[in-house]
Amino acid sequence: MRMTRRLHLAAALIAGLLIGVAAAAVDSNAARYSDSGPEPILARVFEQIEQNRLDIALKEVESLVKAYPNFHLANLIKGDLLLARSRPIQAFGNIANAPKDKLADLREEAIARLKAYREKPPADYVPRYLLQMRADQNFAIVVDTQKSRLYLYQNEKGTPRFVADYYISHGKLGTDKVREGDKKTPIGVYHVTGSLPRQKLGDFYGSGAFPISYPNEWDKRNGRNGHGIWLHGTPSDTFSRPPKASDGCVVLANQDLDALSKNLQIGLTPVIISNSIEWLSLDDWQAERSALNKQIEQWRSDWESLNVDRYLNHYSKKFYSDGQNFEQWSARKHQVGSGKSWIKLATNNISMLRNPGKEDMVVVTFDQDYRSNNLSNVMKKRQYWQKEDGQWKIMYEGAG
Amino acid sequence: MTESRSLIRIALSVVTALALCALTPQAFAETLQDISKLMKQGQHAQALEKTEKYLVGKPKDAQGRFLKGLILTEMNHTAEAISVFTRLTEDYPELPEPYNNLAVIYAQQKQYDKAKQALEMAIRTHPSYATAHENLGDIYARMASQAYDKALQIDSSNASAQTKLAMIRDLMSASSRPVANASNAASPATATKPVAAAPAQPETKPAEAKPESKPEPAKPVVASTAPVAAPAPVVAAESKASAGGSEIGKTLEAWATAWSKKNVKGYLSYYARDFQTPGGEARAAWESERSKRLTKPGNILVSIEGLHVTPESADRATVRFRQHYRSASLKTSSTKVMVMVRQDGRWLIQQERVGK
Repeated sequence: MRMTRRLHLAAALIAGLLIGVAAAAVDSNAARYSDSGPEPILARVFEQIEQNRLDIALKEVESLVKAYPNFHLANLIKGDLLLARSRPIQAFGNIANAPKDKLADLREEAIARLKAYREKPPADYVPRYLLQMRADQNFAIVVDTQKSRLYLYQNEKGTPRFVADYYISHGKLGTDKVREGDKKTPIGVYHVTGSLPRQKLGDFYGSGAFPISYPNEWDKRNGRNGHGIWLHGTPSDTFSRPPKASDGCVVLANQDLDALSKNLQIGLTPVIISNSIEWLSLDDWQAERSALNKQIEQWRSDWESLNVDRYLNHYSKKFYSDGQNFEQWSARKHQVGSGKSWIKLATNNISMLRNPGKEDMVVVTFDQDYRSNNLSNVMKKRQYWQKEDGQWKIMYEGAG
Repeated sequence: MTESRSLIRIALSVVTALALCALTPQAFAETLQDISKLMKQGQHAQALEKTEKYLVGKPKDAQGRFLKGLILTEMNHTAEAISVFTRLTEDYPELPEPYNNLAVIYAQQKQYDKAKQALEMAIRTHPSYATAHENLGDIYARMASQAYDKALQIDSSNASAQTKLAMIRDLMSASSRPVANASNAASPATATKPVAAAPAQPETKPAEAKPESKPEPAKPVVASTAPVAAPAPVVAAESKASAGGSEIGKTLEAWATAWSKKNVKGYLSYYARDFQTPGGEARAAWESERSKRLTKPGNILVSIEGLHVTPESADRATVRFRQHYRSASLKTSSTKVMVMVRQDGRWLIQQERVGK
């Protein structure tokens, strides 16, 4: 009798929950995963349930609840495991008249956390987006909304090195933000633009908030609007929120936000939000990076060469920047070029961050030191490079 | 509602505890019977006084101290009750009842971890102690609902949520009952126990936990195939007080057989003229409702077990039993309490309640 009940429970808890989750043992190749956060214990809880060791599972989940008292998912599993001791249980969350959406949310969170834990990024791969960080960019953030995961990378002499990853929530209605109030999280290359301390915020935002630069130049060019996309924490009675919960913000557990915030540089730390991270081997990453660097260097030297047509050859016919289309841009460059006898151009601190998504696009930011016979200036410049027919072209250019 | 259920389990313990007195000299037994009578009448202060006196002569006596703990519990002298039961567990670690009652008190204080520990001790000393198993199941269910509250950010202490949770507990009580098997309790420690809590009971299978949506005023009963547990074997007080016990048992068997055979007329004939309908509705309305239920298509299989008869007078008794019911769509077990009266030489049902 007891055995049947247990099998019943395991079936109820596991069925569906782990579908699509590679139950394979953790790849030793990916052992660099940081074992902070509740996932390791959570994964053990489910392993014990799968093996019908419910007493051990309950002990594990109790330790989880002790460590994270406001972790709703752990409390739900604890409820199920306790209830299973007194009666057969039918499903995930055996409480009559429980709000169905809340149960579904917790189920989603369980799946997201387990998946992220079991399918760790391969050790020798880096997110394709982090093509090049400038020397003083100490860290970069990459978000995978489908996995409900935020990955923190450290800039180790130019190579991104994995530091930690955290469970996150994103927009209730998903991603690809377009309009204000659409409850979606933007996809793109952004950076942290400020820091709002806990004292200035309501409890809802938890231990702090870091606004990011949505909408960026590309968003604006595409008519996307809205504002106030933040990385922020959770209310004091909530350890974590469901995978799709926010109005577009990226939400972390307070302890995770606190850990993360130590590494953030206002105005500098990239925050790249993707639906699903693309990973590159270090070799492929190196190849992509040097190919683009070569293009940028070519652009620089073509500008110096005073041959305006060669210089303009780097710009897309669809170029558009600050009210100028390609023709206008071209006319102005020809006009300015006629007065030049020499140009010296230096590009320092180049960062190259690939835009997630189908468009093959990279956001390039650098310090530009421009000198010429009749004008000199130093500025921070940002360009959006996109591949057109296999050639990198500049789609947008402006102050960064 | 749950609280009173737990208290009933305490009261049950009185019954088993009363059994202890079967081994004590008659005089003492009578004192103890007087005390529990006073308790039943709600005269707690007098009961306590009498118990204290009794304990002067027998300060170590488990039975007297146990009663004292019960009285203190009834009087809401919780801290003292805890201390009485705790000391009993220290002096008589082989007795499960003090652990059980400690657990009930802890549960009332929502100290579920402590309650659980106490019940686990009760079960460790006496693996077949059904009440402890039942209570433990209840504790787990309450701990579960605490966890669910936290998980779903609901508050089961407010009225509407409470109803929900109470329903879960009903399901629980209907779905799984631990096996009380006297034979696997034959460790040396328990063998000396005078209380074999119950004769070997048939294993109750876990029912499908299907919510019973409609309030069943009267639960169907009794399959003639299932052995009907005799009134607790050692309850001297009861068997002495009334010969009505076995008559009542036979009556209920017949009542349930009529039910099982869907014999509406026969079934209804077991209800007294002054039967108190559960919802206070008119007798005719109730009869027609029962008739509708009885004649629903499909087989019904019912059994009762663990019948306890507590006589209140020669012609009146409170009856308590476990009722197992199975139809095509529903399978439940529940505790049923009835007030039976003797009218014109026949025992008839005057009140019928579930779970109290």
